[in-house]
Amino acid sequence: MSRVSSLSWRRAESPGLILRGARTVDPRAGIDEVRDVVIRDGEIAELAEPGSVEAGELESVEANGLLALPAFFDPHVHLRTPGHEHKEDIETGSRAAAAGGYCGVLAMPNTAPPIDTAEAVQALGQRAEREASVPTGFLAAITRAIAGEELTEMAELGAAGAVGFSDDGWPVPSAHVLRRAMQYQKLAGGVLALHEEDPDMSGDGVMHEGEVSAAVGLAGIPPVSESTMIARDAAMAAYEDARIHILHLSARASVEAVELSKGAGVKLTAEVTPHHLTLTDEEVRSLDSRFKMNPPLRSEDDRQALIEGLRSGTIDCIATDHAPHATEDKEVPFEQAAMGVTGLETAFPALFTELVLPGVIELELLVERMTAGAEPFGFDVPTLAPGSEANAVLIDPEAEWEAGAEGWESRSENSCFTGRKLRGRVLMTVVAGQVAYRQRSFAMGVAA
Amino acid sequence: MRHLLAVEHLDRSDIERIMDRAESFAEVGRRDIKKVPTLRGRTVVNLFFESSTRTSSSFELAAKRLSADLVSVKSAGSSVDKGESLKDTVATLSAYHPAAIVIRSPYAGAAELITRWTDASVINAGDGKHEHPSQALLDVYTLRQRLGGLEGRRIWIVGDVMHSRVARSNILAFRAMGVEVTVCGPPTLIPRGIESLGCEVAYTLDELGEADVVYALRMQNERMGESFVPSIREYAEHYQIDSRRLSPRQLLMHPGPVNRGVELSAEVIDSPSSLISEQVESGLVVRMAILYELLAGVGRPRGAPSPDASEPSPIGQPA
Repeated sequence: MSRVSSLSWRRAESPGLILRGARTVDPRAGIDEVRDVVIRDGEIAELAEPGSVEAGELESVEANGLLALPAFFDPHVHLRTPGHEHKEDIETGSRAAAAGGYCGVLAMPNTAPPIDTAEAVQALGQRAEREASVPTGFLAAITRAIAGEELTEMAELGAAGAVGFSDDGWPVPSAHVLRRAMQYQKLAGGVLALHEEDPDMSGDGVMHEGEVSAAVGLAGIPPVSESTMIARDAAMAAYEDARIHILHLSARASVEAVELSKGAGVKLTAEVTPHHLTLTDEEVRSLDSRFKMNPPLRSEDDRQALIEGLRSGTIDCIATDHAPHATEDKEVPFEQAAMGVTGLETAFPALFTELVLPGVIELELLVERMTAGAEPFGFDVPTLAPGSEANAVLIDPEAEWEAGAEGWESRSENSCFTGRKLRGRVLMTVVAGQVAYRQRSFAMGVAA
Repeated sequence: MRHLLAVEHLDRSDIERIMDRAESFAEVGRRDIKKVPTLRGRTVVNLFFESSTRTSSSFELAAKRLSADLVSVKSAGSSVDKGESLKDTVATLSAYHPAAIVIRSPYAGAAELITRWTDASVINAGDGKHEHPSQALLDVYTLRQRLGGLEGRRIWIVGDVMHSRVARSNILAFRAMGVEVTVCGPPTLIPRGIESLGCEVAYTLDELGEADVVYALRMQNERMGESFVPSIREYAEHYQIDSRRLSPRQLLMHPGPVNRGVELSAEVIDSPSSLISEQVESGLVVRMAILYELLAGVGRPRGAPSPDASEPSPIGQPA
């Protein structure tokens, strides 16, 4: 396991901080109490009784009434660099991450061109050292050009710093090719992060197949398009003793396939997005392209199964699948619109508002699942336990804001939560003791 | 009503109001001079991104009968072929300040989408496989003319329901009028979940005898290549409406154009049961009624002096 800060980012020196009087919640550290979080030398020095520690050279941050949580980790974002910098780049994407309370993100390699050479991985790492507000890792493709045919030089890519392998955006349709990748993993290492979908079955589908697709006349993507591929790949992973991570589960059948495989001892982890946990295909009745993504928003029954999977641990972590698109890619009829939604800046508030406040899940569970995405990729899960790297986020749980009303840190604005009133606002993100983000109003408050 | 985007947004009283208006226009059609001045000085844009004969021609004629100025844009040869986006095309045409844009698009939701970019009333003349509201209204009108009340009648919609915007709009429109609707077709062409629109589903024509009206849908040849049905022969064997299956007391409808010998046999098309040519005729008066519903009495031509205008026009009074 490596520290999150060992990923590429713009490091700086920090004198340290005391976050004073916040409700400090971290299930891994076994704490839910009002504390002063003392941060020195990039580490959590102690969780002190309020007022018991002199600030000295440390910056003192008044955090009464706020939540102090371990900062989040997102194993699945699209930073669109190289090739689509008009949608997002490392600077804007990592700023969005910091504004969402994330201390680390992993970027998918489906760029233009796809990341399938060691030089490309190294170049991205170097750019992130200059531009990234938070530690950023890069996955490399499983197959050359994400064409699904020939393996990339996975061993060299791993040595060059690739944190894992994925053809995300596309499945690896050929069982033969994916099986070779699983065998080769014994040499190359690195988890295989799989976008599970049977392209034949999905066909020209653009939304979940069900009552809504029948009513609006859009071609549907059946949930079995996802679950059958999970079953296939989990069976192969068992046979080859490979380590796989299933990206963005969307359906009940998929949760069941993962549960079955885990029960059988397959080395597999799985993630779910905030939008699949909070929205359903009912949104698509509007034919608004903001609700178009792959996998699609599914039925309420599927959503309930995802929530249950999150509770039971069948689903290990929450990942945003932050997928920025330019306005012109979305200002077209639904069928023509690009697939994907942004997510970094709304993940916590959306889940806090839709799941925690109504009592569907506990705050502790949300914190656990929003940090746990580090583990499958070999990074320490962010925690506030003394002695660990100081990755923390301060959140105002009472603040209500309208998503998108003040714009976004991301270069793109294709959020499926735009216009919604959300509760919970990230005010400050601390990465390895360094302040990576300060919300404007909060920054002014501190100055005064 | 500002736009006509989908039958989904209409209730029974909306439909009946348009039907009554269409009847009054049918009376106009029997006069020697078939034109009324209702929309004089106002502009209707016909924006068709898909080929169409009857819908585009009947909207054109409807606009002309109401004395509107008409601009027709077809995708072939237009700037759309040069890569112009839908948004830019609509913005360009809106610069002429049309009162209405009639749009047909191969994509679901296109009509609703363009309401964001124009002040004109938008009429959906077919958006992908989503809806075709003016077709459903003319079908309801046709049937109402023949049967009087529709409450409690039974209609079977037969064929490729999955790819049919006509089916979707008609299910909703007939349901709104109190008609019992059954959709029937090969299981591969009946979308999962269609019952949620309030219809029954059948996979054979065994119970077709219960229908008062049989509405056959067009079966497109390209569906064979996509494995929806194994062959036209097998499709026709199971789903073709012919004189053996259609009893003389049942009425037959079809949105056109018909594939003779596929969904319908030649003898039923020309039989007294067939309402197909009445449907075409109804198209004109119903589309006049739709234009009237959206445009008449709402606002006035932009730039025209108001009758009670007290301010002098900046370019002086017309001579």
